[in-house]
Order: sequence, then C-alpha cells, then structure tokens
Amino acid sequence: MTVPATVAELVRKFRANGRIVIVGASLAGLRAAEALREEGFTGSLTIIGDEPDEPYDRPPLSKQVLKGWVPADHTTLPRLREVNAQWRLGVTATGLDRAAKQVRLADGEQIPYDRLLIATGTRARQWPNPDEAALDGVYSLRSRDDAAQLQKALAAPPSRVVVIGAGFIGSEVTSVCRELDLPVTVVERGSAPLVGALGGVIGEIAAEIQRDHGVDLRCGLGVSSLEGDSGGHVRRAHLSDGTTVDADVVVASLGSIRNVEWLEGAGLASGFWGVGCDAGGRAFDINGVVTDSIYVAGDVARSPHVLYEYQFLAMEHWDNAVLGAEAAAHNMVNFEPHYRPHLLLPGFWSGQFGLNIKSVGVPPFGDEIVFTQGSVKERRFAAAYGRRGRIVAAVTFDHGKWLEYYGKLIEHSGPFPPPPPGWDQPPDMKPIPAEFPQPGVPTALPDVVLTGHDPSERAAEFRPRPR
Amino acid sequence: MRIAVDLNRCQGYAQCVYLAHEVFRLTGQEALTYEPNPDDERRLQVERAAAACPVQAIVIDRLDGAKGSATS
Ligand SMILES: Cc1cc2nc3c(=O)[nH]c(=O)nc-3n(C[C@H](O)[C@H](O)[C@H](O)COP(=O)(O)OP(=O)(O)OC[C@H]3O[C@@H](n4cnc5c(N)ncnc54)[C@H](O)[C@@H]3O)c2cc1C
Ligand code: SF4
Repeated sequence: MTVPATVAELVRKFRANGRIVIVGASLAGLRAAEALREEGFTGSLTIIGDEPDEPYDRPPLSKQVLKGWVPADHTTLPRLREVNAQWRLGVTATGLDRAAKQVRLADGEQIPYDRLLIATGTRARQWPNPDEAALDGVYSLRSRDDAAQLQKALAAPPSRVVVIGAGFIGSEVTSVCRELDLPVTVVERGSAPLVGALGGVIGEIAAEIQRDHGVDLRCGLGVSSLEGDSGGHVRRAHLSDGTTVDADVVVASLGSIRNVEWLEGAGLASGFWGVGCDAGGRAFDINGVVTDSIYVAGDVARSPHVLYEYQFLAMEHWDNAVLGAEAAAHNMVNFEPHYRPHLLLPGFWSGQFGLNIKSVGVPPFGDEIVFTQGSVKERRFAAAYGRRGRIVAAVTFDHGKWLEYYGKLIEHSGPFPPPPPGWDQPPDMKPIPAEFPQPGVPTALPDVVLTGHDPSERAAEFRPRPR
Repeated sequence: MRIAVDLNRCQGYAQCVYLAHEVFRLTGQEALTYEPNPDDERRLQVERAAAACPVQAIVIDRLDGAKGSATS
C-alpha cells in the first residue's frame, strides 16, 4: 500500500528528529529501544528506569540464581544492538503531563516527548502488614536484589522456610528449597498450587507432586500473622486455622501489582489490571479513545485479544514483553495502514520439581479440561482446555514438544475436545470440569488475566465524575 | 558474554546442552537451565549452540565488548 506524500514526509521527519521517551528500563523497555533503532528511528531516545542497573533478565532469578548456580548480577540482558539512548537509571518517573507532553521525574526534571512508551511492568505484592513485612527473614521475589538476598538466606541454611502463595513463582521457590534439601511449608488460600492459572484438576496433580517431594503443603488456608523474635527476625507464622509453623525464612509470593501509580491524573485507562491499549499497543484514554502518542508494552499492558472474545488480556510473560515491545516500537514510527498488531498466543514455562510445566493459550478462559496424551500417573502428559466446544488452551507436563500442535488448534479456533494427535493417548478421554476458582476467591493471582466480564456478572460500575 | 533463553519457545531438544554443556543443562527430562553470563572463552561454543537450536530460542549479546556498564 502507498501512503500519501504528506504522510510519508511526516513519518520521515519524525523518524529523523522525533523525541521518544521510554519509561521502564527492563525487558520490554530495552527490546523496544532496540526495535526503534532497527526501524530506522534516529531521533532522540531517553530511557528512564528506577532500578540502578542496566536491564536484566528475571526468569533465572527464581531458578538458577536461587539455587546458587548463577550469581544474581550475572543476569544482565544480552543486547541485540546499540540503542544510543540517554539512560536515566535509578530515577523514578512520578507523573505524566499529557497536555504538555512531558514525563515528570522524582528529581524534579521534566522530560519532553513526542511519543512515549509505558513499560513499567509489575512489582511483587508485599506482605500486607508493614511491621511484619519489615522483619528480617521475610522476602518477596521480583528484583535481582531480592533474589541475591533470598539466595543468601537459603544458603545459610534456615531451619524451615514458609512460602505464602503457591502460584508459579511460589512453586518455583518451593522446588528450589527441596532441591537444597530445606524443610518447607507452603500455605495457599486456594484449593491447590497453581489453581488460579491452571485450575483445580491440574492443581491437584501439582499438589501431589509437591507432597511426593516432601513439601508440607497446606491448602485452603491463609497466614494470618508473622511473629518475630526480640532481635526483629521472623520466627513463626500463624495460620488461619489457629496452627503455627516455626520458620526463619518466609517468602511472600502473593502475585504482582502493576506499576501504574505514576500515571494517576494523566487521564489514561490505567488501573489495577494495567494500562488499557489497543492490539497495536496504543494506550486508551479514560474514555476509551485511543491516543496517538502513548504506547504500552510488557507486563503493564492489557489489550483486547481476538481469540478470547476481544476481552482485555494482561500477560506476565517473557515473550509477551519482547513481542509486545517490538510491535509497539514498530507502530510508534509508522502510520496507518502500516500498523502491526500484537496478538500473541500467551504461553508460560515453569521448571519445578524436575518437571517442565508449560501452557499455551489462556487456561482460565476454559471451563472444561481433557487429558489428551501421556499419563498423569507418570507425570508426563498433555491436557486441553475448552469452552463451548472450542479449544482455548493447553498445558503440558514434560510433554512440551506437543505444545505447538495445540497452539495451532487454538489459533484456528479448533474443536473441543480436540482431535487426538494420534499418539500416546490415555484410555479415558472424557472432558471434565477444569475447576477454576469462582471469581472473587482469593488465590495467588494468575499470570494471565482476562479483564473483560460477562455482562450478567455486572462486574463493571460506571461512575462519571461530577463536573 | 551475555545470553538469555526464551524458555517459552525452547522445546528441550537439548542441542545446546550437547554443544555447550558447561553453559546449558537439563534438569529432569526437559527443563532447561543455563548460565546467563558465561565466560568469553565460551563464545564460540555458545554461538554454535544458538545456531543449532531448532527453535532459535537463544539470544546472544551482539554488542562488541559489552561488559560492565554498556548502557549505550
Ligand atoms: C522471579 C521471576 C521469574 C519469572 N519466570 C518467568 C518464566 O519462567 N517465564 C516467563 O515467561 N516469564 C517469567 N517471568 C516474567 C517476566 O520476567 C516478565 O514478564 C518480564 O520481566 C516483563 O518485562 P517488563 O519489561 O514488562 O516489566 P518489568 O520486568 O517488571 O520491568 C519494568 C521496569 O520498570 C521499572 N519501573 C516501574 N515503575 C517505574 C517508574 N515509575 N519510573 C521508572 N521506572 C519504573 C521497574 O523497576 C522495572 O525495572 C518471571 C518473573 C519473575 C519476577
Ligand atoms: S537447543 Fe533450543 S530448544 Fe533445545 S534445549 Fe536448547 S534452547 Fe531449548
């Protein structure tokens, strides 16, 4: 397609002399910067990040790093190319003035932009009682520093570890504890580990695996308080059933919080589930009108997905950050009709208890599950999730090579139960309820959230502000 | 040198383990772990591993001499 000469001239000028600011100097921010240069953007590029280090990779933190195999500061991200940016590291963006097109920094400076990319990601939800959270021995895991400190504490070694919340990160921490031969108690409010992300049927299997590995797993329970000694070190967890567990390391893995506070008052569609944007990464304003100059990528972004009834998806996944950043960068330096959508089929990987757990699609979107390959007893299998006769997701335990097969079916809106791949089928292939918790039942939050709702749920409340 | 593996993409073919076993390891049947910051002497090995990966899941640093504070 050709574009009118005037538009082409605008694009050329912007690419040559425009000013782009990226807030968030991690995976999405870095990959976006590289992609902008790759796209031929030669204007000024500023990258703002509140962490002091250059961008580093997080997945190794809960795995290799905790185990003590890799030092935490060995995780700096590889670079795909030079970005020739002004790096403003160790400084927080505190506000956005859309009228003046400026980002406000904590040190008082204002950084002007023509186009802005929001890539501020998420942070770990801290233990809610601040006095208890401040006790020595209480950790959460998001940053390189968190990982370094927790690794040191695990190497000490502690007499017992309590992990609060059995989502993916909590389960990976638990697995590392067992590999290090540390006694560990897991307290999970939901009925089983991973239940928010994969449902109760798979959760039951995860629970058995944990127990087989000697984990003291307590489900359907919460931690009501943490008790410290006179030296301010945590010693005991009090559970909601009145029992106590003695421990000197407590890891709160309570899900994550999207870093959107700095956008308050900017009039963008930002909130608890992130910053709403279209499938091309263009941010919506508070009225649902798409902006021309503000883009979003990575963990903080939520956009409608054609495969999931155009519900807004927020995905906390590595490849979502990479591919979302590349799509946003492309769209920042191009104009219609050359925009590119970011319509990734979500996927997650987790290594725990020697098993490779992977999923593709959006399991919580489904309400039924069917085991399609392998053997649950032998802990190597594939299962598909369905909704109204359509396959919407799949999960594999040590069966990762088959994920592509299911991914293709999901992309084409294939039938549920899916046609068997004709290999290694279990005798019983009857769909059963997938047993996701009812909305509103607290568990560790899933890594993929669907933030649309059934109209019958009346989940949205519209309160126009009085003028 | 710096590397990262897109483990969503990795299918545990273990080509990389075979070609650079000091850097890549399998735990269990198919869960891959790796050293993200291998010694520079291993560059050739790692480049071979990345080239051999059937799903191109291994990302290698392409900045020359990207050490320390290469915030370029
Ligand atoms: C321990 C751990 C294990 C993981 N394992 C896996 C895995 O196995 N597979 C997988 O697919 N994904 C995994 N993930 C998720 C993956 O790391 C994330 O999806 C990815 O980091 C998202 O990148 P991002 O750039 O969007 O956000 P982030 O990495 O969160 O980066 C956002 C950056 O912005 C900064 N920032 C925030 N607010 C401001 C502000 N106001 N001003 C300036 N800077 C700001 C933050 O400090 C941070 O540096 C894991 C994550 C963690 C924490
Ligand atoms: S060669 Fe590629 S797919 Fe195979 S284990 Fe290594 S990274 Fe994974």
